[in-house]
Amino acid sequence: MSSITAGSHEHHDAHAAHGQGGVGHFLGTYVFSRDHKIIGIQFLFSTLIWFLIGGLLALGIRWQLAWPWQDMPVIGRMLFAGEGGQISPEFYTILFTMHATIMIFFVIIPILAGAFGNYLIPLMIGADDMAFPTLNMLSYWFMWPAFLAIGASFFVEGGAAKAGWTSYPPLSLTDLNGQTLWLIGLTFVGVSSMMGSVNYMTTIIQMRAPGMTMFRLPMTIWAMFITAILQAFALPVLTAAGFMQLMDRTIGTGFFIPEGWSANNAPLASGGGQPLLWQHLFWFYSHPAVYIMILPAMGMVSDIIACFSRKPLFGYKPMVYSIAGIAGLGFIVWGHHMFVSGMNPALGMTFMVSTMMIALPSAIKTFNWLGTVWGGQIQFTTPMLYALSFVAMFIIGGLSGIFMAATPVDIFIHDTYFIVAHFHYVLFAGTAMGVFGAIYFWYPKMFGRMMNETAGKIHFFFTFLFLNGTFFTMHILGAGGFPRRLADPYHYQTFAHLQPLNVFMTWCAIGMVAVQVIFALNFFLSMFFGPKAGRNPWHANGLEWAAPSPPGHGNFDFQPVIYRGPYEYNSPEVDTDYYPQNEPPPEPKSESGEETEPPPQPPAE
Amino acid sequence: MGKFWSLIFLLVPILGVACFALAPVYNHWLPSDVSQHGHTIDHLFYFILWLTGAVFIATEVVLFWFLWRYDGKRKGHVNYTHGSHSLEIIWTILPAATLLFIAIYQMNAWAESKIRNPAAGPDGILGTADDMPPTLEVTGRQFEWRLRYPGKNGQLGDSDDIYIVNDLHLPVNEEILIYLKSDDVLHSFFLPNLRVKQDAVPGMKIPVWFRATEKGTYDIVCAELCGWGHYKMKGQLTIESRAEYDEWLDKKYREQTATVGPQLASQGDGE
Repeated sequence: MSSITAGSHEHHDAHAAHGQGGVGHFLGTYVFSRDHKIIGIQFLFSTLIWFLIGGLLALGIRWQLAWPWQDMPVIGRMLFAGEGGQISPEFYTILFTMHATIMIFFVIIPILAGAFGNYLIPLMIGADDMAFPTLNMLSYWFMWPAFLAIGASFFVEGGAAKAGWTSYPPLSLTDLNGQTLWLIGLTFVGVSSMMGSVNYMTTIIQMRAPGMTMFRLPMTIWAMFITAILQAFALPVLTAAGFMQLMDRTIGTGFFIPEGWSANNAPLASGGGQPLLWQHLFWFYSHPAVYIMILPAMGMVSDIIACFSRKPLFGYKPMVYSIAGIAGLGFIVWGHHMFVSGMNPALGMTFMVSTMMIALPSAIKTFNWLGTVWGGQIQFTTPMLYALSFVAMFIIGGLSGIFMAATPVDIFIHDTYFIVAHFHYVLFAGTAMGVFGAIYFWYPKMFGRMMNETAGKIHFFFTFLFLNGTFFTMHILGAGGFPRRLADPYHYQTFAHLQPLNVFMTWCAIGMVAVQVIFALNFFLSMFFGPKAGRNPWHANGLEWAAPSPPGHGNFDFQPVIYRGPYEYNSPEVDTDYYPQNEPPPEPKSESGEETEPPPQPPAE
Repeated sequence: MGKFWSLIFLLVPILGVACFALAPVYNHWLPSDVSQHGHTIDHLFYFILWLTGAVFIATEVVLFWFLWRYDGKRKGHVNYTHGSHSLEIIWTILPAATLLFIAIYQMNAWAESKIRNPAAGPDGILGTADDMPPTLEVTGRQFEWRLRYPGKNGQLGDSDDIYIVNDLHLPVNEEILIYLKSDDVLHSFFLPNLRVKQDAVPGMKIPVWFRATEKGTYDIVCAELCGWGHYKMKGQLTIESRAEYDEWLDKKYREQTATVGPQLASQGDGE
């Protein structure tokens, strides 16, 4: 963080109003900062910590599936003293519920929009900050009540939420206080996301630098923009549904409770509601949310691949349109989560067709990434390896989705490990690998120093190997009908023989978590010992690379003017293999012979 | 190092295919299918598997080849291009047509499994006619399957019904119609060997139908999270001949009437 201070001080005079020195200055600069870069880094640190917690919860699930009911060594004694070190079936439901909740709401969504959206949007469009800096600060601090609620829920009576991350009623209504805290936490995450969305949309529409037309925006910004729109339209539905469930739980309404319903020998509820209503409302948000969880990664990966292929992005406009297509179709496919839910089966056919069609823009994007690599001069840097693995893995995640979209096949594989394999290929092997690539790529900009390449490649190699060992085999379990969310599937004759494969997967998962130590060390040590990065270490074209590393408060030490799109690598117009967006074109011979005023330039390094 | 990393990416299709090729050899594969419609579902599964498998191998190998061929160590001409309109059209229309075909190809099997209710009239509209009485009613409850067979009078929903927990018996080669209900939370009635899965929803009565083709005992699995004991919600399905089934049901009937008292028992015998 010391390097940021240095960057900020360069511009201290221009932004003296920002802090008055002393404790107030420190709090204003690093804690309650309204600077989009600090907020982005705050999001990054918070989400990486939750990433670790979510990963450890996953190891608990894997332990139980490999060696059911066996005492967990060391950790088990500390966590489950009451059970003698064993994971109880009740705690197992907490494990998978909270693993998913944390990974989705505290890691993937905030790391994409909160960390990278915040950090990159103003820098890439040439703005000095977000349109609403205070709102931006609040969007981070509204995550904290959620962190506290979810964190505290582990310690209340009955433990954290146990109804799955989808929280289907009526089960979620029978839960103890953990579920109430879960709903409160999610509401705060929703408010935070909404504040972010409004800000991103306004900033991208209003605050682009001169010359930055919409079709000169990098794919990262297009993806963030469309994601923000998705969030803004889908989130209110989840928030409303969350409040309805909260009221069902606390003040006796019956939105999701059928008439004359009772569970656990409780008195009859007033009822009159419908359990399926929740599923419709929940998936109306959560299916678009699946795209909220991948589109920004797609955008960032597109930028990284073009940069290290030293070639323009293949099919820029089709790439933009396919993101828009995914977003549009994303609103009419929610029913594919409900094929066997009891929803009218005729409706299932409609959702099958729309779901099949949403695979199309994903296919177009994949072909265009391949087209970008084709005929390039590929530099196998760590960010490039992650970006390429995003493509290789997204192909698997995309194709396996077709199995679930096909309604008759879904009858068999619904809620088996096939779907678990599918969404881990999209969200871990896809988004998380893309996020790793983005961290390695933009780290020099964020902290002014390079991460270690060798350590990065070792981290990549083992993560890539272990993730496939863990998740690819899940397809095989799924084909065997192996259901998800069972604490002990092996007492069914159909699944008993699948345990050895689960042991293999668990060892891979342990390896995968272990190699993240390399990443953590690289991340923190490079902050102090990495070589100085300079403004543009990758010779990339994006506007963010014209700013100092790290950029000071206000971002640019010159007025950026944009002359071209972000993908002019190996352009025939210049001799270098890159052609930054803000570099003025070679001076044409002016007819009148007058010297025109040279546009502002970043100072030479 | 470019060649090394290219080969790492080549491992994806090689190991991926090996995984799917070896799984059936070690019996880590679709459980045996003993239903009539399951054959169609399996066929559709294989159809999509072959199709996506081909696309998977093709795209992953192309990715490998580009990485191998265009390694930056090789100094040479860079293909400076912003895209190709005709390529975009080709790779939009081809997948679109394929995907649409897959969707249409599935529809009949879906209709057979979930829409063409045997109890519905010829117009196919659910629940308008009672051409076929239900074989039994299955009710999910934390954490057991409650089965309610019609007694001697053949009518469900009267004092003559036979109650059984978790032990489902059904005759082979006959059309079975089950009404699925739930007493408390969501459950899902999953018969892996019959390719049947249907959520049980409180407040709803959902028809499930199928035809078993082989005798034997199979698992009934709950496939929708229903609480801490979700994994324990295990039932057993026995498919047997009509004679064995009748005999079993009769035995259950006698067991039950022996304990409910003479009045109800005589009511049943009177039919």
